[in-house]
Amino acid sequence: MDYSSFIYLKEELSLIAVIVILLLYDIFGSKKSLTYFQPVACLLLVGHILLTCCPAPAVLAIFGDTPAVDQASAGVYPLFSGMYNLYPLGSIVKSILAVGTLLVLLQARGWLESENTVIRRGEFYVITLFTLLGMYFMIAAGNFLLFYIGLELASIPMATLIAFDKFRHKSAEAGAKYILTAVFASGLSLYGISLVYGTTGTLYFADIPAGVTGSPLQIMAFIFFFVGLAFKLSLVPFHQWTPDVYEGAPTPVTAYLSVISKGAAAFVLMAILCKVFGNLIEQWQAILFWVTIATITLANLFALRQQNLKRFFAYSSISQAGYIMLGVISGSALGVTSLIYYVLVYMFSNLAAFGVISIIERRSGKVTIDDYNGLYSTNPRLSVVMMIALFSLAGIPPFAGFFSKFFVFAAAVAEEYYWLVFIALLNTVISLYYYLRVVKAMFINKNETAIAGFRSDAYTRLSLVICCAGILLLGILSVVYGSIHHYSLGW
Amino acid sequence: MEKLHLEYYLVVSIIMFFAGIYGFITRRNLLAILISIELILNSVDINFALFNRFLFPGQLEGFFFTLFAIGVSACETAVAIAIIINIYRNIRNIQVKNLEQLKD
Repeated sequence: MDYSSFIYLKEELSLIAVIVILLLYDIFGSKKSLTYFQPVACLLLVGHILLTCCPAPAVLAIFGDTPAVDQASAGVYPLFSGMYNLYPLGSIVKSILAVGTLLVLLQARGWLESENTVIRRGEFYVITLFTLLGMYFMIAAGNFLLFYIGLELASIPMATLIAFDKFRHKSAEAGAKYILTAVFASGLSLYGISLVYGTTGTLYFADIPAGVTGSPLQIMAFIFFFVGLAFKLSLVPFHQWTPDVYEGAPTPVTAYLSVISKGAAAFVLMAILCKVFGNLIEQWQAILFWVTIATITLANLFALRQQNLKRFFAYSSISQAGYIMLGVISGSALGVTSLIYYVLVYMFSNLAAFGVISIIERRSGKVTIDDYNGLYSTNPRLSVVMMIALFSLAGIPPFAGFFSKFFVFAAAVAEEYYWLVFIALLNTVISLYYYLRVVKAMFINKNETAIAGFRSDAYTRLSLVICCAGILLLGILSVVYGSIHHYSLGW
Repeated sequence: MEKLHLEYYLVVSIIMFFAGIYGFITRRNLLAILISIELILNSVDINFALFNRFLFPGQLEGFFFTLFAIGVSACETAVAIAIIINIYRNIRNIQVKNLEQLKD
């Protein structure tokens, strides 16, 4: 065995190092030193992000190693006989997810410093980073075994995060709903994988396509597998758990769940559909066509009648997942570029919105839309951040959300899905209505008892500034989209 | 005595799988739901071991997947039971009909 291959796992190994350091710090740190836990955790994560952003060949050059490039697909380094794949696009997605996690950690401070959770503060960081590690393995997997372990590493600790407020019944209820649906979904996925193994005789992504002939058993296997991942992505009709879990979970965890875990699942779904089930492209495009229409339309209609903002954003995130599926259905390099770009923009927009919801819930305990009446008169800056985030989610031109929607539509149109894009466009209009309802509440509705003005803590402010900068700049800086596109050409 | 064929085992695993799905949908107790899920996961384990043993006897991939799947499903059960115990502490009950604080 060649141990030098471990150098290629720089993303996973550095994240594991961060986790171990934080775990030891949490166990052995004195009470006084633990007050610096959050800055230390964030700084370590920043170091990890810098290492992840650094392209693989540059890191390898330091060790004087020449990577064994697979001639067939340039830029993909299969390691451990194909179990693990190192490829630039994967590293880009991993760094996007890590940045999102950093923003969530910054926003979580207010909640973690409260009386009931302060003693378990360290656990939150460690568990969150473990789920991130699971997503890394999912993205890098070249074998269904590693994929499955990554999937479970990403979803089992997530249930403990959702049930983190153990004295609050809603949190435990949401945790139970999440873990039962997540395990059920992974059971369905596994059954599909077992049938794939039975018909092809291998679990390696590289070898499976040769054995996929489109027999009825394989189509059934694919459908089981797809349903399992659709549960994770909360596509209609597998979305019923989403609003309940989003409402019950602590708000920073909701933000994490709606952005990071959804983004990772979307990218992995596309990777597996294209690479493993490429021979079944007609079948999965037909399935995705109807699932996408149902997801966008039903989620939008349900979002119209929500009062609780966390439920509202749950339905909004389901419909956003539908838009992401427009990138998946094209199955092209353009599709994967637009998907990653969409996830990036969606991450900044949604985290900005959740940052505002989180800090307001912390300070006033209010989460319904009516409570936000007249927010602009008392908290003008938070209102503006929320407005920018909502405009970006709705896709109004100067903000990045418009460009990300434009690119997924363009990817779907390039594959001649005119009806699908037309329905998605109609739905954008509906979504504009409910997003603007919140903006109207904040800016136009008058309220005598508006939420009192307050000054949020430095960490939350920093995260909101980063999010706003992302929303404002990502659409204008074409270099971002361009560089993702550059790496996706070898897809 | 005639040797048992692949199909006999497959029938068992398919019955377990769909019994699990049926139980997941119809049971009204969190622990019973959890047991139904375990049925699903165990049927998958049978499938893997079986395909490996009968169709691809030269390799070990299926057996290894079974081992990992058993380990992971144990973790899942542990976490699920911990959460269920927490619910029991909060409301002294684990019936699904009492989990109604979160709804539309």
